[in-house]
Amino acid sequence: MNRASRTPAGGPAPAAAAAPAPRPFDPRRVRAEFPILARAVRGKPLVYLDNAATTQKPVAVLEALDGFYRAHNANIHRAVHTLSQEATLAFDAARETVRRFLNAADAREVIFTRGTTEGINLVAQAWGRANLRAGDEVLLTTMEHHSNIVPWQLVAAERGAVVRVVPIDDAGTLDLDAFHRLLGPRTRLVAVGHVSNALGTVNPVADLARAAHAAGALVLVDGAQAVAHARVDVRALDADFYAFSGHKVFGPTGIGALYGKRALLEAMPPWQGGGDMIRTVSFAGSTWADLPSKFEAGTPDVAGAVGLGAALAWFSALPFDAVAAHEADLLAHGTEVLSRVPGLRLVGTSPHKASVLSFTLDGVHPHDIGTLLDLEGVAVRTGHHCAQPVMERYGVPATARASLALYNLRDDLDALVAALAKVRALFPL
Amino acid sequence: MSHASDLYQELILDHGRKPRNFRALEGATARADGHNPLCGDKVTVYVRVEGGRVADVTFTGAGCAISQASTSLMTEALRGKTLEEVEALFGRFHALLTGTPADEEETEALGKLAAFAGVAEFPMRVKCATLAWHTLRAALASGAAPAAPVTTE
Repeated sequence: MNRASRTPAGGPAPAAAAAPAPRPFDPRRVRAEFPILARAVRGKPLVYLDNAATTQKPVAVLEALDGFYRAHNANIHRAVHTLSQEATLAFDAARETVRRFLNAADAREVIFTRGTTEGINLVAQAWGRANLRAGDEVLLTTMEHHSNIVPWQLVAAERGAVVRVVPIDDAGTLDLDAFHRLLGPRTRLVAVGHVSNALGTVNPVADLARAAHAAGALVLVDGAQAVAHARVDVRALDADFYAFSGHKVFGPTGIGALYGKRALLEAMPPWQGGGDMIRTVSFAGSTWADLPSKFEAGTPDVAGAVGLGAALAWFSALPFDAVAAHEADLLAHGTEVLSRVPGLRLVGTSPHKASVLSFTLDGVHPHDIGTLLDLEGVAVRTGHHCAQPVMERYGVPATARASLALYNLRDDLDALVAALAKVRALFPL
Repeated sequence: MSHASDLYQELILDHGRKPRNFRALEGATARADGHNPLCGDKVTVYVRVEGGRVADVTFTGAGCAISQASTSLMTEALRGKTLEEVEALFGRFHALLTGTPADEEETEALGKLAAFAGVAEFPMRVKCATLAWHTLRAALASGAAPAAPVTTE
């Protein structure tokens, strides 16, 4: 077992040479690596189905965080003492792990952020303010998370640019004809989710990028919901920017990464000023550090980056095809058993879908569903999922959403359906 | 407590299914809109105050069973109450929901509203039960002027 979790937190990244041989994937064994999944909630075994909100953390990540603080903690860069060198090495190794995970060409194209939201805001502020002109268009989709809507509204309002929106069909699939109609000479950027958090729809990002580039536009991909489920290759997608959060891919909260093509990042002005992002500072003026430091003002979340590196190394060591097959089986099983619940309507039924089962139940408000499921130990998300335009599209104030991860089992979905039967008993049709 | 029926008592389910005083009020002296953006619950509370007392109070809107039942039971509880009595009742109700009722006598004074005691175990649901009350208080405070919309966030 060539497991990244056995790598000391402060040590250098495992050599990038030979990929470890795929090992068999046993979801029950993987599940046992997540301590929290063994706990009880309201006297019932926890059934965790809120993975689109955040994933749980394996021992490998917990140990990496703990190990960093116990043995290597120091501020990075500049200092010459041993701990600082170890912390700097660990931080740089984490960046290299992210680079490999995304298949980026160069580790300098990986900017550490607090998460997807900060990554998108960075592009909106640094690229958007420098490049958007009055009348320029930013093309979004109806299914975007608020974090891929509001940053564009803010910069568009400032620059006099226009936000346009590609609609979706009743299944939650992007309307490609409308996309091609809306993509025009004024389009400067297409900002699109790789996977929809509210619907589970997987968007054809590579196709969208090809068309966008042909029209002279850049592409930003919100990868928050994709990273734990899809193989992400920013070069194959030809994404100009790709943002994701560590906590949605088994890593800690408060850390994420933004990928950007080097030439674009180099041409962009900094967006936050402070330590680490400068080359020289004087009161006559300052000059900026090279990538990636130019976009990383202030002391970063060093332990978070180390934890993220551990999470990605842990995840990347799993046999991806077997994980994907397991998740596809869960989604198919969940779709089937939920469809048999009287009065249940699935919201988001695109043929290209990942790991999300959003639904409404006739005669029961989603918040009542959420509380009643919690009483059975079943954790789902209820509400608008930070995607109010999606709720509006389907004419519902909110949905209940079960979202899956690789450690879920068919049993979890069966427990959900059993709990929904109790909801129905209290709220008969 | 971890039984669904402790939170969703029959009285709450009944008022959630068939809310009372569910209509706009002609001759209302005040009204206000309330909104919980987290779940989309919306309520409009209409009230007619005569001689310092709540002569009539009604509502329209949509929301979860807890918010619908709470609003319905509130309208039943407030008829004939002076504005001071409304405030006192709200204080007791809020204490019940947040798990800090002064004593049994206080809880008893709540009458049917005591059915919401189970909400105290679900802090995320307190706003569901209090949206109508906050909205009513905004209406009463505004007097004849239109009240600013109430939001729980």
